[in-house]
Amino acid sequence: MSTESQKLVEMRGITKRYPGVVANEDVTFDVEYGEVHTLLGENGAGKSTLMKILFGLTPADEGEVLLRGEPISISSPADAIDARIGMVHQHFMLVQPLTVAENVALGLRSGRRPFTDLDVVSKRIHELSEAHGLAVDPSTEVWRLSVGERQRVEILKALYRDAELLVLDEPTAVLTPQEVDDLFVILRHMVDDGRGLIFISHKLHEVMSLSDRITVLRNGRVVGSTTPAESTRESLAEMMVGREVLLTPRKPVLAAGRPRLSIRDLSITGDRGAVSVDNLSVEVHAGEILGVAGVSGNGQRELAEAIAGLRPVDAGTIQIDGTDITRATTASRREAGLAYVPEERMRDGAIGEFTVSENLVLVNHGSSEFAKRGLFSHAAIRKHSEDKVNEYGVKTPTVDTPTSSLSGGNIQKVIMARELGVKPGILLACQPTRGVDIGSAEYIHRRLIEQRSEGAGTLLISEDLDEVLGLADRIAVMFEGRIVAIVDAADAKREAIGLMMAGVLDD
Amino acid sequence: MGDFFTASVLVATIASGVRLATPYLLAGLGETIGQKSGVLNLGVDGVMQLSAFFAYYTVLKTGNLWYGSLAAIGVGLVMGLIYAVITIEFEATQGISGIGIFILGLGLSDLLFRELVGTPKPIRRLPSVDIPLLSDIPKVGEALFQHNLLTYTAFVFVPLSVLLLSRTTFGLNVRAVGENPHAADSLGVSVERTRYAAILIGNAMAGLAGAALVLGLGIFQPNLTQGLGFIAVALVYFGSWRPAGVMAGALLYGMVNATVLQWKALNIIPVSGSVLANMAPAVITIVALAFLARRGSAPAALSQPFSRH
Repeated sequence: MSTESQKLVEMRGITKRYPGVVANEDVTFDVEYGEVHTLLGENGAGKSTLMKILFGLTPADEGEVLLRGEPISISSPADAIDARIGMVHQHFMLVQPLTVAENVALGLRSGRRPFTDLDVVSKRIHELSEAHGLAVDPSTEVWRLSVGERQRVEILKALYRDAELLVLDEPTAVLTPQEVDDLFVILRHMVDDGRGLIFISHKLHEVMSLSDRITVLRNGRVVGSTTPAESTRESLAEMMVGREVLLTPRKPVLAAGRPRLSIRDLSITGDRGAVSVDNLSVEVHAGEILGVAGVSGNGQRELAEAIAGLRPVDAGTIQIDGTDITRATTASRREAGLAYVPEERMRDGAIGEFTVSENLVLVNHGSSEFAKRGLFSHAAIRKHSEDKVNEYGVKTPTVDTPTSSLSGGNIQKVIMARELGVKPGILLACQPTRGVDIGSAEYIHRRLIEQRSEGAGTLLISEDLDEVLGLADRIAVMFEGRIVAIVDAADAKREAIGLMMAGVLDD
Repeated sequence: MGDFFTASVLVATIASGVRLATPYLLAGLGETIGQKSGVLNLGVDGVMQLSAFFAYYTVLKTGNLWYGSLAAIGVGLVMGLIYAVITIEFEATQGISGIGIFILGLGLSDLLFRELVGTPKPIRRLPSVDIPLLSDIPKVGEALFQHNLLTYTAFVFVPLSVLLLSRTTFGLNVRAVGENPHAADSLGVSVERTRYAAILIGNAMAGLAGAALVLGLGIFQPNLTQGLGFIAVALVYFGSWRPAGVMAGALLYGMVNATVLQWKALNIIPVSGSVLANMAPAVITIVALAFLARRGSAPAALSQPFSRH
């Protein structure tokens, strides 16, 4: 048994260098029995590296790890599991075509080797499910489960291996607010059993509600430790970024103008052949940001791709300023005034191998400004690129740097600079700040609001409910391919929208 | 045409179809296990060529059919080891590495045959073994239960492969590693070791397929397989990565081949059309692949090298 003072885990003086970067520098971090210790920091602050070291996915260059008071060497996930450390990864580590029981049994020693003992595993899963309130059917294939259920499977995997220290890497990224509440109840219950929990997140209100202690990392170093009682969202954000941050964007009051984007009775088939957008109608007006809230997979991506011209529609019409673009080419959509900030920024938004400069003129490199008689005017392109890089504060060594070597936030700034540079009438922005550091997100939000003031209509599709609540004038909630409600952002309540996102409507 | 639809001719055709299906089935099952672990091996044909040569040469020298079969398995294991090192240790692109293995097997078997044998000499063929009782059933017995041991082995491997993949911890690891190697890795399953094992099993079966081919014919010649190994890879897609599906494909292929041979023998197909008729199995495979194959069931990590990042 542990003494009062003994820590569950202590990481002392951890340093990890990658070529050209110090990911962790002299980081000291500990978790006590029965507590939730949050690791807070921007992308690239070193949270993931620290957890990879703890889980044996990468070795530390310096420093030591003490588990239950004893020095321990963890050089593979198998070692970590043996040491009763469990990890719920941000991107679920599940094998989709396998059943829940098979996913849980994977890597375990079977009592009936060489054969599996899935019935024994299923029985134990049932017991654990009941003990911890993690309802899930062991014989279902994982691909059939909802995101919330998949997360329960991840937690069950750790519990099945009797994890005493559980690491949760951004576990709420894909959950509805209700699912988050449910998850927190389960996690609290686990901690009350004496387990230790490391919670990694950048959603400040969740950090405030779940944590016992909070340690903030910035540029690979510990900036400080605090508790929710001693901090506010603003003070935490300041610790993360290193300067004061405006968390809630301020936007001027504008009267809604004429409709700029009109979508009528739109139906779209998804990748798997099922209806993904179902008879959807919506309008976006000049000087308005219309936020689309919804859990991922309810047709938002298909809707965005159809507007951008990347996916055929089955029925209905899409108009920009009265021009029908339902079946127009992507080029003529842009001529009609559409700009597009895609969800998958490295797949659809920028070409990684191209330079910053090339990406900045990707949509209009053939215009008379940048090309003469079919040949590029390199001087004009360079001048334009340097102006944009300065204006948007893109951190890049030169405009000739390959775009893929920039951070996510800077790549997004390049895309925003390009898309807003053409003065669009309609801006389609999908997950514009996902994976982007707080500083860049703040800047991107400000540009979106400026865009609004200039009379553009913006369709903002985001799974980050705080972003939608903070930016949008009206909020359209999407569920199973339909807009189930449109509410004024001024009277929108988080909880009510969360329920609508889950398909619960009070009428 | 009427000559074909007599009981004895039909039974002979079916028997010959089952026999012809054997190397496809062995190689296809092996490739299925490899692909289930996420490894595409396009070198099957080369492995079969070289195994067939060694099986032939061993039997030529020793007269022992079992030594010949073991030599073929040994060659399969060595070729598998080479392929595993290339694709797992060096994380080389699997498609082109497999083509390299194919060319190695094709070239080396040709070279060794010219240097060590020169002119083809026939060897003993695998004898048929009648299965007691079952082989006495009229017609069915002759068609299905009077074959050589490697043919029986191939068909016994169908349920064994199912059992291996769906009921054992090794099979669970194979499926997990082929679908989401990072998930398997995070639970302490060694992706490398699992893929090594799957590749070795697959190549050993390709080796056995080479033995089945050459010991069924009783003679070796350069480029003996004539692309048979590539058809076996296609059959994995045709069978949607299920052993029973691969068996159905192998039987279809064997039966079409047998029918073409029979029709040529009966002069149903004129000599002038025989070259075209030889293409029939390939055409049927392509058509069947185009219409029947469900890409959805492919292992998600197929042909992707694994590394932790």
